[in-house]
Order: sequence, then structure tokens, then C-alpha cells
Amino acid sequence: MDDLILQFCGINKSFFGVKVLKNVSIDIQRGHVVGLIGENGAGKSTLMNILGGVVPFDSGKLLLDGQEYAPRDPAEAAQFGVAFIHQELNLFNNLSIAENFFISGFPKWRKTPLIDRKRIRLAAQEFLAQVDLNVSPDTTVEKLSPGERQLVEVAKALSQDARIIIFDEPTTSLTTRETERLFDIIERLKSAGKTIIYISHILRDVLRLADEIVVLRDGEVVKTGPRRDFNIQTMISSMVGRYLGTLYPERASQPTDEVALEVRHLSKSGIVHDIAFSLYKGEILGVFGLMGSGRSELAQILFGLDTYDTGEIVVQGCPRNHRTPRKSIQQNMAFVTENRREEGLLMTATVAENMGLVALPRYATSTGGVIRQSLLSEAIRNTVSSLRVKVNDAFQNQAKGLSGGNQQKVVLGKWLMNYPSILIVDEPTRGVDVGAKYEIYSIINDIAAKGAAVLFISSEIEELIGVCDRILVMGFGEILGQFSKSEFNRERILQTAFREGGK
Amino acid sequence: MRIQTNHRWLLFVLRNISLLLFVFIFVAFSLFNERFASLRNFENIILASADVGIVAIGMTFVLLTGGIDLSVGATMYITGAVVALMLEDGWGLAASIPCGILAGTLWGCFNALLISRVRIIPFMVTLGTLTAGRGLGLLITQSRHISVPNEMRFGAVRLFDLAPIPVLVFALMVLVAVVILKYTPFGRQIYAMGNDGEAAKKAGLNTTRLTAAVYIISGFCAAVASIISISQVGSVSASFGRGIEFQAIAASVLGGTSLFGGVGNVFPGTVIGILLIQMIQNGLIFMRVDLYLQEMVKALVILFAVFVDAQRMSLIKRLERRNIRLEKRIARPAEAKKLEWTAWQ
Repeated sequence: MDDLILQFCGINKSFFGVKVLKNVSIDIQRGHVVGLIGENGAGKSTLMNILGGVVPFDSGKLLLDGQEYAPRDPAEAAQFGVAFIHQELNLFNNLSIAENFFISGFPKWRKTPLIDRKRIRLAAQEFLAQVDLNVSPDTTVEKLSPGERQLVEVAKALSQDARIIIFDEPTTSLTTRETERLFDIIERLKSAGKTIIYISHILRDVLRLADEIVVLRDGEVVKTGPRRDFNIQTMISSMVGRYLGTLYPERASQPTDEVALEVRHLSKSGIVHDIAFSLYKGEILGVFGLMGSGRSELAQILFGLDTYDTGEIVVQGCPRNHRTPRKSIQQNMAFVTENRREEGLLMTATVAENMGLVALPRYATSTGGVIRQSLLSEAIRNTVSSLRVKVNDAFQNQAKGLSGGNQQKVVLGKWLMNYPSILIVDEPTRGVDVGAKYEIYSIINDIAAKGAAVLFISSEIEELIGVCDRILVMGFGEILGQFSKSEFNRERILQTAFREGGK
Repeated sequence: MRIQTNHRWLLFVLRNISLLLFVFIFVAFSLFNERFASLRNFENIILASADVGIVAIGMTFVLLTGGIDLSVGATMYITGAVVALMLEDGWGLAASIPCGILAGTLWGCFNALLISRVRIIPFMVTLGTLTAGRGLGLLITQSRHISVPNEMRFGAVRLFDLAPIPVLVFALMVLVAVVILKYTPFGRQIYAMGNDGEAAKKAGLNTTRLTAAVYIISGFCAAVASIISISQVGSVSASFGRGIEFQAIAASVLGGTSLFGGVGNVFPGTVIGILLIQMIQNGLIFMRVDLYLQEMVKALVILFAVFVDAQRMSLIKRLERRNIRLEKRIARPAEAKKLEWTAWQ
């Protein structure tokens, strides 16, 4: 019964003398969905990059259909039918869907150097139909939602005749409905005989989709087996290598009754409507909302990145009408955006440069504004060690080389160096592994314990229930409900979020 | 995409701003001088646009990749110097023009080599070749002012009774450029690379070759523009082609080409841009603005237009953002107006 499409046989890989994959052997059955899980830095990405032709391996053997396979670049991997759908999609936003499918090899019209537009349109239409995407192949990718783009990427893989499709965290920017749709498509691809490798930190999804699950830890396969051998708890313990009793750290403090931030009747046409709440010092206030509920837009308005039409935002007792991020920072507000790659970090700058960014004025001399480098460096070193950012040399290494969890710590560190009294965090644990999540929750707890007010925005109910003192539920740009700690209940919160809003 | 109705006209204005600006300036100048709005003057504007327009076509290719070519004026001068010297030496048009175009294209190849192979940033490379190219031109002409023989002065000759040669060459170049950019793999790959160079590499595109190609195209366009310019001016002096890069870049940007790459087109974009710039220049002459003042006014107007363009892009983005709530209607018209006004600020 064994019909192996892909075999990793004792694969080894080192980067700069550090072993990231140690003797990895995995057999993958044709037409199965394989869930690949592990903490950041466990070697998942490296393993998939080898398969996708992004990096070569040092030793071992890779067999595709029993034949030796060693792709030199992604284009060659594609020729062998291996498609890698990255977390950040590789689509050209300014081109049409059809053009994206054929960008590396356009069919020509007769014997001219011109593109056979009719043919690419027809072909694209066919593959879009296979993923149930009902849009014209001439649509510019820019105009599609994140979920639609993901499906376009799947259709593109199909157009290149992919037999093995690798999904790396495909659901991070999808709405619940889009996620469901993607899962349906994955099921369908599976029944069409495609082999799927599915990487995700959302263990629930992996448990639901995968036929087999492979757990990587520190570059080694620690556990592999059919789905029935796993549950969430065993998945976590084999990923982390120890039994994690609690996923959420204990709160060490209680909220005070001093108001740090008050929002009154805040509205912006088409975005948010009549938002009102108070955030207290020492409190962690959760905001639950699905994609498109207005939660991130609200955060941006609060921080002054966007304007509003009516209402009031009162920070530490001072009402301010025309907010800008600079004013917000001066009032000791901090904002960790949901998109750390694009908005939170300067990816090519060093960790230290990123960390120093917000607090720079604190380290400038009062006359002349020259940076006191030694003081700054020491503060950066302290923050790096207190947040336990895993980095070889904060002053040399670029932010983009860090794992997701460590990048997020750098973003947090950047704001913490400015001692914020109001901290807004938007999806702080997205794309972050279990261990690093725990550390991020602890950091946020600490900040609250020191008297800062925290607005914690998330689409994961569990983490809000685990971390927050109070939860606001947003939907349709409105606050649909409020739950105090004693009322926390997963089902009721979800029900509230899905309720029809805005009468 | 749901867009609030009260923003629709605003979006329309913003999307077509260069066209509307064109109409607006045309009407404004026409009010000052009745002869401005004549067909004849309009032909003059197009005629004057031909050489800069051809440079702007090449510039659009470069800008689409996210690069820049500051050396186009120097490339024009080198071509002009070669052609003028050869004609002076008694070589015919049939030998001089191809040699001149070859010289200019080679200068473009030089840019291409330094940028795509040696990987120096385009801004520095072309700033360097701008200076070096001017120097080379001065060296070979000994900074002389060289007049060309009459047969080279074909700038006003009408071909097939249709239009003057410069206009026809310009139109042909626009056509070829549009076909290349829109309908060939090469063209679409330029857009892809301009959008995301890393992704283009991952998709297996030869980005080195694509990058090299656009600078060679830009050099070729500048060389052709040089020939057209000589045919109209009748001589090559030390200031030949000077400052043309500003107009060419401004024309592309006015026409909607992004300096960050990946966005823009030659037609209607760059063509509208260059006609707009020439119309401003032409109008200033009609209004008898002081010759020395003209340059400043022109630069200011272009800078202003580019500024409006930049504002427009961010505003369009804001207005097109998906709404979360579908508001029933905007409260009161007066309030809606105020909103738009604040959006402009």
C-alpha cells in the first residue's frame, strides 16, 4: 500500500557552522496531507526551502518518485511539480492574475514575440475554476482580498502542474470564511491526488487537515505518525520538548481604577461607529474581533495614524483632537502593529537600530541633540537580555534574520525602552510559536504590573481569555459586547462577534 | 469595491488629474491669448514635444523597474557630437545617423553594465555618466558650436503630407513602446520586476538582463531624440540636451509612472505628461514671460504638478480603502464637503 511520492533520507544542513537539520528522514505518501509543526527555528522552513529549491542541502538524499532530486532553484523545483506557497505571497500585485500564472514563460502568439493573451486567459480561467474563484483572469491582483490572493497562488501552483504543494502558514491573513474556503480547496486537491505539506502554528487546523503529522524540534524529527496519535496537548509537548502545564502565565497584578485612556463616541464614516470604552492603568483590556471587524482600524485611529470624524479620545485626562503618532508617543503611548514585517520593523536594519528607534530622544544630549551612544547601547543590551531576544549580536545582526517570535520581542522592546503608559498591541502572537507566545504574554503581564494600560487586540479568543482582565467584542466597526473576567466564555464571545450589527 | 458615493467624483478627478490639468492649463492660456488655442499652435506643441517625449519613453522603461537614468542629456550630447562631427567631415546622413545612434546606445550599455553587473546604484551610476558624457562630448567637439548641413535639417519636412518627421518618429516610438510594454513577455516582466525584484528572481526571471535592457533602451531613445533635436535646431552646441532629464522624469511622473517602479505606462501616461510640460513652456512664451524667468516658472509648475500627483496617489489609496461599515448615507451634504476638504489638507 505504500506509495511514496517523497522521501527525505538523512538530510543534513548547516548555516555558518550551525546545524539546523540533523539527519532528517521523512516518508510522504502520495495524496496525503502532511502537517509539519515545530517551534520557530526548529528547521521547518529550512526543510521546505530545500524541497522548494530555495537552498541546497549538505548531505543526505532526497527522493521524488524514487528518483534522486536536488533542485538548484525554485524554477527547477517547479518543473518537478513542487510548488511552495510562502507566507508572504509571491504574486505581482500590479499584474493581472493570468499574467502572474505565466510570468516566467509566456506562450507566444503564432510566431510573433507577442504574448498569446487569449490562451493565457483561457488557461487561467480553468485553474481559477478549480479553486472556486469566480473572478476574471484579467483582474489585477491588487484588487483582490488576501484570501483571494491565496487562492490565486494555489491556482498558479496548479497551472504549473504541481504535484506537491507546500503551504507555509497560509491562514495568518485570512478571515474565518476564507480559511474555511481554503480548507475545502485543500481537501479537494487531496482527493485529486495532490500531496500537500501544511505548516502552521495553529495546531487545531493541522489536527483537522493532516493525515500524518511530523514534529520537528531543533532540526530533528521528534515525532511522526498518523493524526489519531496526536492531540493538541501531545503536539505541544513534543514541539516544546517538555510538558507545558499552562499556556498562559499567571497575572501578578490587579487593574487599578485610574483611567489611562478614555474613548467617547468615536466614529469614522465607513470604518468605526460610536466606540466608547475606558482603559484603566494596570489593566489588560482585550479586543476580540475577526478580520474586517474594525479592530485594527480602531487601533490606528487611537494611535493617531488615521483621522476620525466625531468623538473624543482622552489620554491621561488630556483630550486631544488632532492626533498624530508623534503626539501619541509624546504622551507615552506605544503601538505594536499587526504587521511586524512591513510596519513594525526595519528589516534590513540591525536589532539594535530597531530597538533604539523610539527612545532615541531620551538618549540625546539636551543641547545639540547628540546621541549618547554608550548609554543607548547599554539600554539596548539590557532590553535584549531582559526580553530574552535570541540574537548573536544585536549590534550586527539584521532584524530579518530573526525568527517571528524574536522579531516580535524586538518590536516590543523598541516601545518598552520608552516606558509606555499605554500600550496597544495588535495580534502580537501571530506567526509566533508556542514557547515564544508564552514569553510575549509574560512581557505584557510585566508591563501591566508596572502600571501601564494595555489594549490587547486579537482574533484568538483563547489567548484573550488567558491573558486579559476584560474583553470587548468588535464587529462591523462597533463594540458589540463587553465581558468581564467572570463572564469569559468562548461560545458567548463568538456569538456576540457574529451577531448582526449596526441597526 | 464599495466606495462612498460622495467620493466618486473626487476619485474621478484624482484618477484623471493629468488630463484635467491639461485641459485646465489649455483653457487658461487660451483666455490670455486667442492665438494660443489655434490648431497651428497645437501642432507646434506636439512638434516641440517630440525629442523630449522620445527621451521620456526610455525614461519610463527605466522608472518602471524602479531605477532612474540621469544621463540622458549627456547621451544626447554624445550622439549629437558624433553626428555633427561626421557630417562636418563630409560623411553623409546615411553613415552619420546610425553611428550617432550607436554611440548613444553604447553609452546606455555602459550604464547597463555598471548597474546590472557591477551593481552600483542607478542614481550614482547615471550621475557619473552624466558628468563623464558631457565631458566626452566637450572633448570631441572641443566645445565648439557646430552647425549641420541643410539635408540634416529635416525637422520641418512633412512625410506623406501627414505630419512633420519628428512627430511621426515620436508616434512610432510610442506605438512600439506600448506594444513592448503591454504585449510582450519582456514588457510584463519589467512590470513584475518593478513590483517586487526578489519575487521576480524567485519566479526565475533574469533580472540582470531585464535591468540591463531598460538602460540600453533609454540610451537608444536618447540617441534617437538627439537626432530629432538636431534636425529641428540645426546645430549642436555645448548645452545640447542639457537638463532634459528633469523634463523626461517629470513627464513620466506626471503621466502616472511611480518612481518606485511597477506602475505607469507610456500611453496615455507619459505622452500626456510631456504634452502638458510643453504646453506650459509654449504658453509662457505666448504670455511673454521673461526668458530667464521662464525656466524658473516652468520648474515650479512641474514641481507643483508632481507634488499634486504624489498627494493624489496617497489620497486615492485612502479613498479606495475597503469600508467596514456600509453607512446608509452621508449625514449632510455640507458635512460631506467639509470632510473632503479636510481630506485634502
